[in-house]
Amino acid sequence: MPILRIFERIGDITLYYINQAGRMSIFLFHVIVSIFKPPYYKIFDITKQIYIIGTLSIFVIIFTGAFTGMVLGLQGYNTLRKFSSEGLLGSAVALSLIRELGPVLTALMVTGRAGSAICAEIGIMRNTEQIDALECMAIDPHKYILAPKFIASIISMPLLVAIFDVIGIMSGYLIGVKLLGVNEGSFFSSMYKNVEFIDVYMGLIKSFCFGLLVVWICSAKGYYVHMERKGGFGAEGVSRVTTSAVVLSSVLILVFDYFITSILI
Amino acid sequence: MNSEPIIQLIDVKKRFGSQNVLKGINLSIYEGKTTVVVGASGQGKSLIIKHILGLVKPDSGKVIVYGKDINKIRKKELKEIRSNFGVLFQNAALFDSMTVFDNVALPLRERTKANEEEVKKIVDEKLDLMELEGSDDKYPAQLSGGMRKRVGLARALVLNPKIVFFDEPTTGLDVALSNEMYRVFYRTQTRLGYTAVIVSHDVPKILKLADYVALMHNGVIQDCLPPEDFQTSDNPVIREFVQKTMGYIYESEEVEG
Repeated sequence: MPILRIFERIGDITLYYINQAGRMSIFLFHVIVSIFKPPYYKIFDITKQIYIIGTLSIFVIIFTGAFTGMVLGLQGYNTLRKFSSEGLLGSAVALSLIRELGPVLTALMVTGRAGSAICAEIGIMRNTEQIDALECMAIDPHKYILAPKFIASIISMPLLVAIFDVIGIMSGYLIGVKLLGVNEGSFFSSMYKNVEFIDVYMGLIKSFCFGLLVVWICSAKGYYVHMERKGGFGAEGVSRVTTSAVVLSSVLILVFDYFITSILI
Repeated sequence: MNSEPIIQLIDVKKRFGSQNVLKGINLSIYEGKTTVVVGASGQGKSLIIKHILGLVKPDSGKVIVYGKDINKIRKKELKEIRSNFGVLFQNAALFDSMTVFDNVALPLRERTKANEEEVKKIVDEKLDLMELEGSDDKYPAQLSGGMRKRVGLARALVLNPKIVFFDEPTTGLDVALSNEMYRVFYRTQTRLGYTAVIVSHDVPKILKLADYVALMHNGVIQDCLPPEDFQTSDNPVIREFVQKTMGYIYESEEVEG
């Protein structure tokens, strides 16, 4: 009966996603526990991952930060001019960047650049039995492969966000003050007056959460590539799971952004 | 088979979706012996090894290693049991971003307190045993299929395991390389005295190395016998398999006979 088949399919899909959510939560638990378990890390394992996730993302973060700050300067100036409040441009640019755009856009950029690479790397390791090989050697893959990536991502993300914010504010200053003629004193004084500790704190909390979210989703998707619904084997399987990891991370960044904001505001 | 088995699979069943792969596997592995599981491709032979290694959980049945059901023990105990294992995977499963030396050194660096000098000494010794001198700084992608398998075996043997699993050790190798792989296996087992579990479809060659041969057919182990008894078994499935893989000998016997 076609109607029964529809319900069967809905049930099947629902069960799959509940299963996947449970699997990914257990995965996160195992990785977090493994971070605190001995043997402790060789510093090189973590610095190497900070280099891959953080250092190699700096260029794209500077580029994105610069153009975001520039467009904020331009849009902010034109909107504020309607209310004769161009002097508030500094606080408008800084608050938008520190509270929202810095953490969100940095996380999206890191997902595209480093998250996809993490997912593909772990997916290939799974498909070529390298993860099985580690388990058979009695080496915990959560500890050996994943924990350094988690630590590196949580360290790198707030630093990248800080770079994004600084570059963005500088670019907003260049456009607003140097190009459009906003008074330099009012630009900075409005910024000093309106940006409070809670704003920086919110940006910091978001960057930690997004750092964890990106590495969690991307590595878990790669780790369980063989359990994918549409078949996770071979190059096609890895490519499909990488796409889905990037999409899921990006969507969850926006969803979590809303919830974190609503809690902290 | 008078001693106690160190590994026992008791009525192990495994299904993937609608595919019923293992329909009740019973198999015993004895210490110091070489047990070869043969059968046609796609029968689930490698899945037996994955069950013993604890990489796959059975739907029902028991996998007992050193007296413990590995699906009912804690992760820590499983890790201890696995420290007795060495595994040569079908595609060697080398870490492709590491050199040959680092691949072989990994278990030593992660599982022992050996310093770099000791690590180098042990790794060089194992690479010599596999006739891989001078390949230490090459990456897996720069090696031939036979060399990759030998690196995989060097890594499997680096901690002197008690049990070594070989998943299709000669798949993808030409005749000369297959023979070389068997020579390496014979040489290392004679020297290190490990228990070997080999999954292969390379019959009849593999029978020369075996103490026991088990035929996997239609989701069950038909029988596990010494090679001579296996070749003359009355079991119709084993007889058919032997005739298919070593056919002409029996055909000539029938003609002569």
